[in-house]
Amino acid sequence: MKILTGNDLKSGAVTWWTGEGWSLHVNDAADVGEHFADVIAREEAARNVFAAYVIDGERTAEGVRPAHIKDRIRALGPTVRPDLTLKPADPEALNWVI
Amino acid sequence: MYKYDQYDHDMVQTRVEEFRDQVRRRLSGELTEDQFRPLRLQNGLYLQLHAYMLRVAVPYGTLSSTQMRLLGDIADKYDRGYGHFTTRQNIQYNWIKLEETPDLLAELAGVEMHAIQTSGNCIRNISSDQYAGAAADELIDPRPYAELLRQWSSFHPEFLTLPRKFKIAVIASETDRAAMKLHDIGIKMVRNAAGEIGAQFYVGGGMGRTPMIAPMIREFVPLDQLITYSEACLRVYNRYGRRDNKYKARIKILVHELGKEEYTRQVEEEFQHLLGQGIEPPLAELERIGQYFADPAFETGLSDDLDVSDPDFRLWVEHNTAPHKQAGYIIATVSLKPVGGIPGDATADQIRLMADIARDHSFDELRVTHAQNIVFPHIKKADLYAIWQQLEAAGIGTANLDTIGDIIACPGLDYCSLANARSIPIAQKLSERFVPKQEEIGELKLKISGCINACGHHHAGHIGILGVDRKGKENYQLLLGGSEGADTSLGTITGPGFDEDGIVDAVEKATEVYLNKREDGERFLDTYRRIGMAPFKEAIYG
Repeated sequence: MKILTGNDLKSGAVTWWTGEGWSLHVNDAADVGEHFADVIAREEAARNVFAAYVIDGERTAEGVRPAHIKDRIRALGPTVRPDLTLKPADPEALNWVI
Repeated sequence: MYKYDQYDHDMVQTRVEEFRDQVRRRLSGELTEDQFRPLRLQNGLYLQLHAYMLRVAVPYGTLSSTQMRLLGDIADKYDRGYGHFTTRQNIQYNWIKLEETPDLLAELAGVEMHAIQTSGNCIRNISSDQYAGAAADELIDPRPYAELLRQWSSFHPEFLTLPRKFKIAVIASETDRAAMKLHDIGIKMVRNAAGEIGAQFYVGGGMGRTPMIAPMIREFVPLDQLITYSEACLRVYNRYGRRDNKYKARIKILVHELGKEEYTRQVEEEFQHLLGQGIEPPLAELERIGQYFADPAFETGLSDDLDVSDPDFRLWVEHNTAPHKQAGYIIATVSLKPVGGIPGDATADQIRLMADIARDHSFDELRVTHAQNIVFPHIKKADLYAIWQQLEAAGIGTANLDTIGDIIACPGLDYCSLANARSIPIAQKLSERFVPKQEEIGELKLKISGCINACGHHHAGHIGILGVDRKGKENYQLLLGGSEGADTSLGTITGPGFDEDGIVDAVEKATEVYLNKREDGERFLDTYRRIGMAPFKEAIYG
């Protein structure tokens, strides 16, 4: 699947395109297919996101998983600070990142 | 330390308000990201892996306690309770919000700090010896010259769009504690045969994908020509440095391609031209600046005795202190490398504690080191034990300076959008693995970069580690034999890379070779230089 990601303009937070809007959680990411250019142009113009780009991903039983380690770390947070990730209470959260 | 005059205050405050308006226009849609990106970068605001990152300049690594305390408060108020001290003697915050940045910069301006020229193809923060003004072995305090260069390079209209970024270091000791020869310009303050103080220029060093050691291009530049000669070096680079390929745009490539002799000839020609232009500030200005760096009111008649009956304190004193020029005083370094910790990170509370200690015991001064540690330059020996106890209680009393536990590591793939591999977890595993052997191994400088840009100085590590991307997997190359001191050398890659656990094992094998082969008094680096790569390769790859 193709996933669209970018950063929130005000906070800089990593966000994922859900098909209708943006979410902080990669599991909410939708398959954007080949029609991402229009979404990027529209959403950046509306200042809902910036620095948007498309990546490969996979929908697994556990959730959506970006193909490259860099995007998996973006999806969760720094591996060396689990307390600052989106799943601070989940000791298993890092297992799919590395 | 240097205090802003009205001009400095006005300049920084004006820049804050200018950026506030730029942020407003970006948020309202008047500016696109393409238009805004260079503006935010000129104010030190990057986009990193998880959020905006702000890099705050710490000129030549010198901070007052007031400034340090604010850095702690900013970590709490605008970030997530910590900051990261960098190999450029700066501090970075990893979770900054764009809409709050103008207020943050206004607070920084209130204590005479900013984030200007911490990004972009301009002259970056001038770095220096963290022991400046305190070291027993220095010829003269290098900071007045670093400050003069800072003033010259700040907003210098000709050098704000260089072919690439430009880094300058100034030292004044035989012991190079600033990696001077690995800078675009390295300046060593020296005394000539006539007894005059002047500047020795090394140009064209650097790390990154093409590491080079700067050759000396002039043995002695008189103090009243320091800025003019620097300007000549920059002008030749600005004129002929490559702009067609960013990977070949640093001055080291120009010096290498022209050759030291031809580059020097062109600099000397430009220098002669500039001497007639009258660009050098009057010596009175240098003297004015120098007054800000006068020695603090050291007490005299103090004892040099130090009670080290506590064995843990004795170990810390042995590793983390250096001789002071004034009897009864000592230089103390706080290691931001606790076992298993994140190199260079400090919590807001730890930052404020160090600020309080500096206020009460170090004449209000602290220094950031390029090895990502913090220095109290002027501690009374009689106060040292109580200070160490405070540091120890706060988790920053680790005794490991210049040992295998004192690892330089860039933020790596955990934070950096340029990185190919994580650096910090490797540092954490190594520091934990080598706790039992730290004392046996002794001095060993280990440096880790998460990509070829070499922010972790891996080329200059006695042991260096470079993280690379190998078909989407993290892979780590091992280098041996680098050094950033007066005996600067570049490390050599041992061979094929390793995975995360493999690189830790490989480092252990390298240290075992050293322990088996070393002769009396030899450091790891000395043994490597004596016996060469072969025994290490054999042990590592068997």
